[in-house]
Amino acid sequence: MAYSEKVIDHYSNPKNVGTLDKGSKNVGTGLVGAPECGDVMRLQIQVDDATGVITDAKFKTFGCGSAIASSSLATEWLKGKTVDQAMAIDNMDLVEELNLPPVKIHCSVLAEDAIKAAINDYRVKNGLEELVFEEKGVH
Amino acid sequence: MLKFPIYLDNNATTPMDPRVLEAMIPYFTEHFGNAASRNHPFGWEAEEAVDYAREQVAALIGADPKEIIFTSGATEGDNLGIKGVYEMYASKGNHIITATTEHKAVLDTCKHIEKLGGEVTYLEVKEDGLINLAELEAAIRPTTILVAIMYANNEIGVVQPIKEIATITKKHGVLFFTDGVQAVGKIPVDVIKDGIDIMAFTAHKMYGPKGIGALYVRRKNPRVKVTAQMDGGGHERGMRSGTLNVPGIVGFGKACELARLEMADDAARLSKLRDKLETALLQIEESYVNGNREHRLPHVANISFKHVEGEGLLMGFNKNIALSSGSACTSASLEPSYVLKALGLGDDLAHSSLRFGLGRFTTEEQIDYTIEQITNTVNKLREMSPLWEMYKEGIDLNSIEWAHH
Repeated sequence: MAYSEKVIDHYSNPKNVGTLDKGSKNVGTGLVGAPECGDVMRLQIQVDDATGVITDAKFKTFGCGSAIASSSLATEWLKGKTVDQAMAIDNMDLVEELNLPPVKIHCSVLAEDAIKAAINDYRVKNGLEELVFEEKGVH
Repeated sequence: MLKFPIYLDNNATTPMDPRVLEAMIPYFTEHFGNAASRNHPFGWEAEEAVDYAREQVAALIGADPKEIIFTSGATEGDNLGIKGVYEMYASKGNHIITATTEHKAVLDTCKHIEKLGGEVTYLEVKEDGLINLAELEAAIRPTTILVAIMYANNEIGVVQPIKEIATITKKHGVLFFTDGVQAVGKIPVDVIKDGIDIMAFTAHKMYGPKGIGALYVRRKNPRVKVTAQMDGGGHERGMRSGTLNVPGIVGFGKACELARLEMADDAARLSKLRDKLETALLQIEESYVNGNREHRLPHVANISFKHVEGEGLLMGFNKNIALSSGSACTSASLEPSYVLKALGLGDDLAHSSLRFGLGRFTTEEQIDYTIEQITNTVNKLREMSPLWEMYKEGIDLNSIEWAHH
């Protein structure tokens, strides 16, 4: 299967690989997927308390090229957005931007799940209630 | 100078040897006759070429030329061998024994037989990929007609104890079928010494053309017959109808002859290269060889790199190196290799595996390049892997509640 140029680019030069301090109150961490399924994503956001803007985002991903590209692109999109804006990121936007084929849509779903998990982690840490998201059910 | 891409997927198929192509060419245009045309020189020429090729094929496996049935390939051979025995020996019984690590052409044929009312025992393998002989013997029933165990595995290269299996089947009066696809032409296979009754193999795994294979069917001690699965002109002693693929057969014959003459040298050279590759890759932390290393094809290695996903790993160099992985990230089921899982490997290690199949045209320079590329990519992806980070922090990955999807 041939990968799109954009997937290859993110795979070869991934953006924002790394780790934020998960103990910090203004860092939200989302860890999704499972080793048995062949993909695990950890996505972290750092939020400015005053403005609600995501000032930094990092990821680490175990998975195929499309999973790596989806998480790399997600971190790029997250930076500079408010938490509310970040919640609106849809997996299909990632699919479109990266030209993912149907068999790789689950990678984008996982990235969306990771964003939401990171946001919820941040919310819980800051005394806000956990949001319930709709299941995508593509896996 | 290295030429890209490098081909290290010789278990999937092999490039055709130019000497094989050269032998085939006249049989497309000049000598195009139908080997079954008995009344003119075109037919005679074709028949002569087929007879000669049949001798070349038989010589490679220590068979009599009359015991070679040409087929379209090993999938057909597996089907004809197993279904053909099931039908032919229906009055004797309906039970077949096979193993969980067989090729799909064998497993799915056995499943088909179950639908027809047959009974099949699927033996588990040990963690080195070999079957347990005591379990095999214990599985034999009065109604058992066939044991179908492959000679060598396509994913991990382990070579089953063929002679020992044959001793057991002979003792119980059961026929022994083997899928010899990966072994024939690579290691010495002798149907008499090995005690094989029926064997499927194919040309394109041994530097011959695609679309041609053979089924060995023993004629003496015991005389074996299989029921034809295709009706027609009664070619190939009535077991496989259809106009013979003369150029393919000529190429197959040539490929067998070359394998017979060059196998020992090829194997010695390739096992050195394979060992070099394996030794270097095992220098990488948390890398493991899958399958028995002693009873193994000389040109095959299957290695897992923990906490790195196989398809992602391939992407690091697949423009330049052609390899395959036990990861099935592309398949709809997301199921990793059933062969690796049968060894008891966790799904995570199965997802992290690469299969190396070296071949006649593999060079040391290519192996050196491959070692460098894989080492770099594994290291790069581990830097990116949350699992590797957790492993390095001493976190037990099994203690985490993963969200299975």
